Amino acid sequence: MVTTNNIVVETKNLTKQYGNQIAVDNLTFTLREGEIFGFLGPNGAGKTTTLLMLMGLTRPSGGEAIVCGLDPVRKAKEVKRLIGYMPENVGFYPELDAVQSLEYIAALNGMPESKTKKRIWELLELVGLQNGAYKKVSNYSRGMKQRLGIAEVLIKDPKVLFLDEPTLGLDPEAALNLIDLIARLKEEHNMTVLLSSHHLHQVQKMSDRVGIMIEGKMVAQGTLDELSRERFGLGDKTYSLEEIYLKYFREA
Amino acid sequence: MQGLYAVFRKELADHFSSYRFVILFALIAMVSFITSYVAAIHLRESLEGVAKPQFVFLMLFNTPGALFSMVQFVAFFGPLIGIVLGFDAINKERTQGTLIKITSQPIYRDAVINGKFLAGVVTISIMLLSIVLVISGFGLTLVGVVPGIEETWRLFIYLIISIFYISFWLGLSILFSILFKSIATSALASIALWIFLSFFVTMGANVVANAAAPLNAKEGTNPEILMKNVRIKERISLFSPMVLYSDASSVIINPMRKTTQSLILMGPMEQISASRFKNPLAFTQSLIVVYPHVTALTAITLICFAISYLVFMLQEIRT
Repeated sequence: MVTTNNIVVETKNLTKQYGNQIAVDNLTFTLREGEIFGFLGPNGAGKTTTLLMLMGLTRPSGGEAIVCGLDPVRKAKEVKRLIGYMPENVGFYPELDAVQSLEYIAALNGMPESKTKKRIWELLELVGLQNGAYKKVSNYSRGMKQRLGIAEVLIKDPKVLFLDEPTLGLDPEAALNLIDLIARLKEEHNMTVLLSSHHLHQVQKMSDRVGIMIEGKMVAQGTLDELSRERFGLGDKTYSLEEIYLKYFREA
Repeated sequence: MQGLYAVFRKELADHFSSYRFVILFALIAMVSFITSYVAAIHLRESLEGVAKPQFVFLMLFNTPGALFSMVQFVAFFGPLIGIVLGFDAINKERTQGTLIKITSQPIYRDAVINGKFLAGVVTISIMLLSIVLVISGFGLTLVGVVPGIEETWRLFIYLIISIFYISFWLGLSILFSILFKSIATSALASIALWIFLSFFVTMGANVVANAAAPLNAKEGTNPEILMKNVRIKERISLFSPMVLYSDASSVIINPMRKTTQSLILMGPMEQISASRFKNPLAFTQSLIVVYPHVTALTAITLICFAISYLVFMLQEIRT
């Protein structure tokens, strides 16, 4: 494992309130460099809101967050340069092809045009989309779209990846390809990945650590072994993430 | 800045390659072409009995041909251009899920809305400029009159006023595209407001004026009541951007028009001078006449954009 102890993301009592409803409740967690962190929780638990706050797209109601030593509220632009965010159900401009889509994202990142071309082909090769490069995104399959989404996220050469449900709605093979790709990014590029997903077996397979968020609270975080010990006590049996997750969920 | 430029370039490319823009542009170019052609044909008739014809070139734009002049046409249908360019600016990105993708890039959020508005304004400018140039070139060969410096200036000011007028509608439709999540709703709301402000306000002005100061057709109305009636009517009509615009543009493009007021409201000396001395107004004087209109038009355009800007900056973007 290449995980070092450098902390990339750190939050302290991060809170977000919408009116009377508390979306994120005193969230405290850390993300270390080079790890894949599985971010679990039922729908509406506040995972997306947390990610938005970490990117400075939403103002926290309380607490603080530090991303690579920067405060996302004050340095939103700098923080967004370091974070690659792929939202759930990422959208594309249907009238553009893959190269044009990537060119637009590169332009938004202020990349010089001379470098853009080379970088785009590197990324298309990395995600395996060379053949679809000049095909309009409206003709893409879901798997291709997700891979293009990854390429778009990578074009700015981020330090951290926030992937929100990247394998949602993919067929098993496409999902497997995507997981391989993410694992490779971690191995080869030492990328830190925060992965939010409902596919527990996938998360279990690839995550170094997981965090479980229920109703705005992080009820548990740690490696699988740690969580399993915490919930079920010491024993020889190793529990699957699914068993652990459900136990937490039922107790909350 | 880098974000603004990127958004601007993308939006501009989108406008010029979109079907609806091409169709609208073709339609408007065609109609302007026909109106000025008809105007050119009728030019001879209009010039009959005029000893020293002046500003013949501008007549291409302000002589009503079969139905309306080019200036009137832009006043009526110019708003449609603005609406078509803006009604889905933000909510389309929201529904297709690209807005969050753009705003999660290292740009300031206002780059998105500024870029979109700027691209719309530039599109409008290119469109109007090319139409005016095409008509001018066409008129040069058809009428054989070369525009003088003053005529060129007047056309230039006319262009500026028209760009502001259409940009007002662009700003309004962008505002609706921010306020309404559904594309159809924002399109319908923009068109409803266009019809209301352009047609119903002037109608309503008539009704209110007649109720407040009824005219008596049979016995003849007391001049004071007549004046009151016209005054009320004009004041209320000024709430319509179309009236603001057509008053301003017709004075600029037609040097013979010396005021935006109706004949009834002129003083007796003004009326005498208007009927006796059929001299064109100097360019600077025309400008002074329409100065308040132009200011009001600019102001509503900027206010409209400022509101969209604020609403957009305060909204939470999740998709």
